[in-house]
Amino acid sequence: MAKILAGVGTSHVPAIGAAIDLGKTQEPYWQPIFAGYEKSKQWLKEVDPDVVILVYNDHATAFALDVVPTFALGIADEYQPADEGWGPRPVPVVKGHSELSRHLGTSLIFDHFDMTIVNEMAVDHGLTVPLSLMCGQPEAWPFKVVPLCVNVVQYPPPTGARCFDLGKAIRKAVEAFDEDLKVVIFGTGGMSHQLHGERAGMINREWDNKFLDDLSADPQRLTQIPHVEYIRETGAEGVETVMWLIMRGALNEQVEEVHRHYHVPGSNTAVGHIILENR
Amino acid sequence: MVTTKHDYDDIPGTYVFDFDKSHDGYHLNMFCMSLLKAENRKAFLADEAGYLQQFPMTQEQRQAVMDRDWLRMIQLGGNIYYTSKIGATDGRSFQYIAGKMCGMSQEDYAKMMLNGGRPADGNRSKSEWEGEKANG
Repeated sequence: MAKILAGVGTSHVPAIGAAIDLGKTQEPYWQPIFAGYEKSKQWLKEVDPDVVILVYNDHATAFALDVVPTFALGIADEYQPADEGWGPRPVPVVKGHSELSRHLGTSLIFDHFDMTIVNEMAVDHGLTVPLSLMCGQPEAWPFKVVPLCVNVVQYPPPTGARCFDLGKAIRKAVEAFDEDLKVVIFGTGGMSHQLHGERAGMINREWDNKFLDDLSADPQRLTQIPHVEYIRETGAEGVETVMWLIMRGALNEQVEEVHRHYHVPGSNTAVGHIILENR
Repeated sequence: MVTTKHDYDDIPGTYVFDFDKSHDGYHLNMFCMSLLKAENRKAFLADEAGYLQQFPMTQEQRQAVMDRDWLRMIQLGGNIYYTSKIGATDGRSFQYIAGKMCGMSQEDYAKMMLNGGRPADGNRSKSEWEGEKANG
């Protein structure tokens, strides 16, 4: 049977991808960000998952505003790194686990989550930057990926409670999949940042760290945070941190925080990262 | 015209990209989307006014694009993930655009970020802003 072993939360700032691709990771500005992922890369190597379910959002790349799916699940065999206006990132093609994706889609819809199903989509920095942070620069990604793309660009994104419940349904579906697979789930995006308006540049270190604390101490509190609190306290674009709650919902009630990293700034954003193991 | 009140209306310097903004900014944002293609970036830069005529945007939106008035674009329904594609077409960094929107030079904006960013204190409610000035 397939099993979810752990969850990873991480920001997916595009400039981090550019820093990796341009060989700037040892520059003083970037070095502290990447230093916080050294332990994570080692951890992931040791866990050696077969599949990563990667929760992220698209940034006006594969989806525009003509159609905006709230939860879009990829079921393809592979996903090409997208050209976001500067040419595609020089990273490996993302291989899908189509069988698991199709099983998840069916199970989730019968579990009342009306997923949008995607047979073809390019994946932007929202998906590839977390892979780079957690794996470095391999010739090929060391696991298959099930992409779960969440709308957090057009308001309202799904609620935290809905995200958490979707995580629970994902776990149930994974555990019913009849193949021995080690699965890790990534929740990406955030943490505090506002990219637009006269209030651009907002960061809330205290709020972010309370959020990180409560991923293990009190996840139920996190599911009740209204969107307006994310927007007011962490910046309008900080609301994308709700995606971490899909990851959290897919884990046990009791988890152990095995690693945490927090750094300001990653360009315009507070870079947050956590690893949670099931207990 | 029905004006709906939102719980986020009181947050200063913030234009939540809700369905009203998405509706009003649709063609502006879809113009930005076209800039994902290299040949379109070239055509836009060669004749901005002519290129913009292909999109049924308001004249005010077209003017904001040609003026590179980043804040105005947002106020007229632009979404930052879309309008930043114009910045990329110009070869501008994101921090340049962000600085312009809050009336800061790129250097001062970058310095603010290095110092921990704009704090939440003093920036939660419109009542905290005197004369619409952000607290840095």
